[in-house]
Amino acid sequence: MRLLLAAIACLALTVSVKGTSAQIAEAAIMSAENPALLSSFGFFDGAASKPSAALLPYALRTPLFSDYAEKQRFLYMPPGKSYTVDQTGRLQFPVGSALIKSFGYHDAAGNLNIIETRLLLHRAEGWVALPYVWNADGKDATLKIGGARKAVEFAKADGAKMAISYAVPNKNQCKQCHSTKDAVMPVGPVWQNLAFETAKARANFAKRGELPSSLPAAEAKWDDAKSGTVEERALAYLRVNCGHCHKPTGSASNSGLFYDDHERNPAALGIGKRPVAAGRGSGNFDFVIEPGHPERSILTYRMKSVDPGIAMPELGRASAHDEGVALLGAWIKSMKPI
Amino acid sequence: MRDKGVHAIIAVSLAFASTTAFAKTISVAAGDDAQARLQEALIGAVPGDVVELGSGRFRLTDGLSLDVAKVTVKGQGSGQTILDFTGQLGAGEGLLVTSDDVVLRDFAVENTKGDGIKSKGADRIVYYQLRVEWTGGPKETNGAYGIYPVESQDVLVDSVLVRGASDAGIYVGQSRNIVVRNSVALENVAGIEIENSYDADVHDNLTTRNTGGILVFDLPNLLQMGGKNVRIFENVVVDNSTPNFAPKGNIVANVPTGTGVMVMANRNVHVFDNMLGQNGTANIMVVGYRYPQNDPKYDPIARGVAIWGNQHDKAGWDPKFPGSQQIAQALGGSLPPIFWDGAGGDAARPVIADPVPALSLGLTDLIATPESAQPTMLQTTANLPPELPRIRLPESMEAVVR
Repeated sequence: MRLLLAAIACLALTVSVKGTSAQIAEAAIMSAENPALLSSFGFFDGAASKPSAALLPYALRTPLFSDYAEKQRFLYMPPGKSYTVDQTGRLQFPVGSALIKSFGYHDAAGNLNIIETRLLLHRAEGWVALPYVWNADGKDATLKIGGARKAVEFAKADGAKMAISYAVPNKNQCKQCHSTKDAVMPVGPVWQNLAFETAKARANFAKRGELPSSLPAAEAKWDDAKSGTVEERALAYLRVNCGHCHKPTGSASNSGLFYDDHERNPAALGIGKRPVAAGRGSGNFDFVIEPGHPERSILTYRMKSVDPGIAMPELGRASAHDEGVALLGAWIKSMKPI
Repeated sequence: MRDKGVHAIIAVSLAFASTTAFAKTISVAAGDDAQARLQEALIGAVPGDVVELGSGRFRLTDGLSLDVAKVTVKGQGSGQTILDFTGQLGAGEGLLVTSDDVVLRDFAVENTKGDGIKSKGADRIVYYQLRVEWTGGPKETNGAYGIYPVESQDVLVDSVLVRGASDAGIYVGQSRNIVVRNSVALENVAGIEIENSYDADVHDNLTTRNTGGILVFDLPNLLQMGGKNVRIFENVVVDNSTPNFAPKGNIVANVPTGTGVMVMANRNVHVFDNMLGQNGTANIMVVGYRYPQNDPKYDPIARGVAIWGNQHDKAGWDPKFPGSQQIAQALGGSLPPIFWDGAGGDAARPVIADPVPALSLGLTDLIATPESAQPTMLQTTANLPPELPRIRLPESMEAVVR
């Protein structure tokens, strides 16, 4: 009897694995036609809360701030394929992969309402970024190439109620942040910044990688004082929130202000650097970072603003990230004044 | 078509249909939901397409962007087709172009929160018959740049009008092979600014009522430095008298009100055959980058500047840089129309053939302050350096404006 049960369980497992993997429409990932509906891919089973078993969930130790939205991240790779990890820790995914990221907010009852799901699809000719907005009934999401705006209400950690116009980026804006040398690239999946909600998720994710013999150690987590010094946490925050544009091959290359992987030149980090094209983003201050003086540093001024002519980052910033501002402020404060 | 307002009109060229892509015109009308309809048209365009904007006011809530090469965005004229960003909620500029061989023509951009039209890494871009304006006039709360090509090879700005930018009306940065011509820059902090760029012709423009008319700058700590080979000629640069309204901290916030042409830390800049006057600080000013910096790859000195053939009207009667009033007093109440700060010493001395007085402040050392100026008059000379070659743009660009 026991054997029979095991056999049935085994059979059920086989069936279910087969079922889920068949759900993903690899043709939709690879085709140049961008499906109008998210359901065409098979990533979700009729709701954002029901990801396919073929998706590998992951999280980030230090995530990009996007108007306090909650995010759910998933990786899909074709069966039998695996990712690699390069020397900098960046994950390299095979053609046919998809990175899937849902954005939403908790309501008063504690339910997570997903607004949109963004896809990065690795096609033969390169990565493509597509934004899908969930329909009112929550059963499917519709491609919004031109972006969208949604009124959203949420509460900050201190209880302050926020009502913002949440922006779903358009396809070009997706690329603006995901651009390296004018090609679309994933930003988030860097080994030292990966996190997992469960040990099982971690094991499942690791299992699909061809891992090198040595991997970079986990880097500082921006909001965990035990994970690193204020400077280490500030630099991790800057890399994740700014470094995707502020790098020599990114959208903000002309600024001369760089927060990508290993920038340590003080002027390139903004320390004692005068603004170039900040306009009123300068806030009447002389330096991007004035050591010892966050209150006179353009960096914190722009992080605090929600005016589109001033705010940095430029996208996902209908609200200021108070906790991020506090971390960067503490870092600048800790620097020896010049 | 999912969106009712976007009507694709296929303009099939039968003769070439079998050998070339189907270039089409995508017409977008003003009206409800203009943001999504126009943005989707800009994303849906394929190389060769024309996105044609109808007459009227497009009320936009977010920045627009174009990332498809060989697309023309064409309005019905800069008075008829208006992209109105008064209600803008997001993005750092009104329109962002990141693809090559794009033509922008015959429309206006008004009241963006940040920059007006920016093109980055967009080679062979043509800006033609456009208007970018902050309609409330000069205000510190206006966006920084009106027309803003950066990191591009081959740039043409022709017959545009820019008014009210709190930094530069027409700004070309970190680019190569540039022509800015036949344009009007009015009531900006800087009318036209060429920054960290190589090989530019700025000619036949009118810059008036800005803080400074035409600036040629080079700044440290950028990927492209060593700005060089810029010709400023046959422009009218008059009455640049608007008090500097740039937010402090920006380099142009230090441009003295009443500046005609200002050259800072560039190499080989020729200023000739312009009409200059009614500029209270100076008609032409040549200076070094006088701020602390320690970029080993950066040269803060202006070198190889030559000035000839310009007509000078009144200038220098109300100079506005620190210490200038005292210097003016010592010289009888006014500065001459041309001055050089003296940065770099004799080796960097500008060559001047204009028959007007020219002054050196003698501030050879970059950390010297204007209070320690040792003014001397500069001799004019007939020995001019060889002329820089004219900038030639690819024929495809010139064909657009012919």
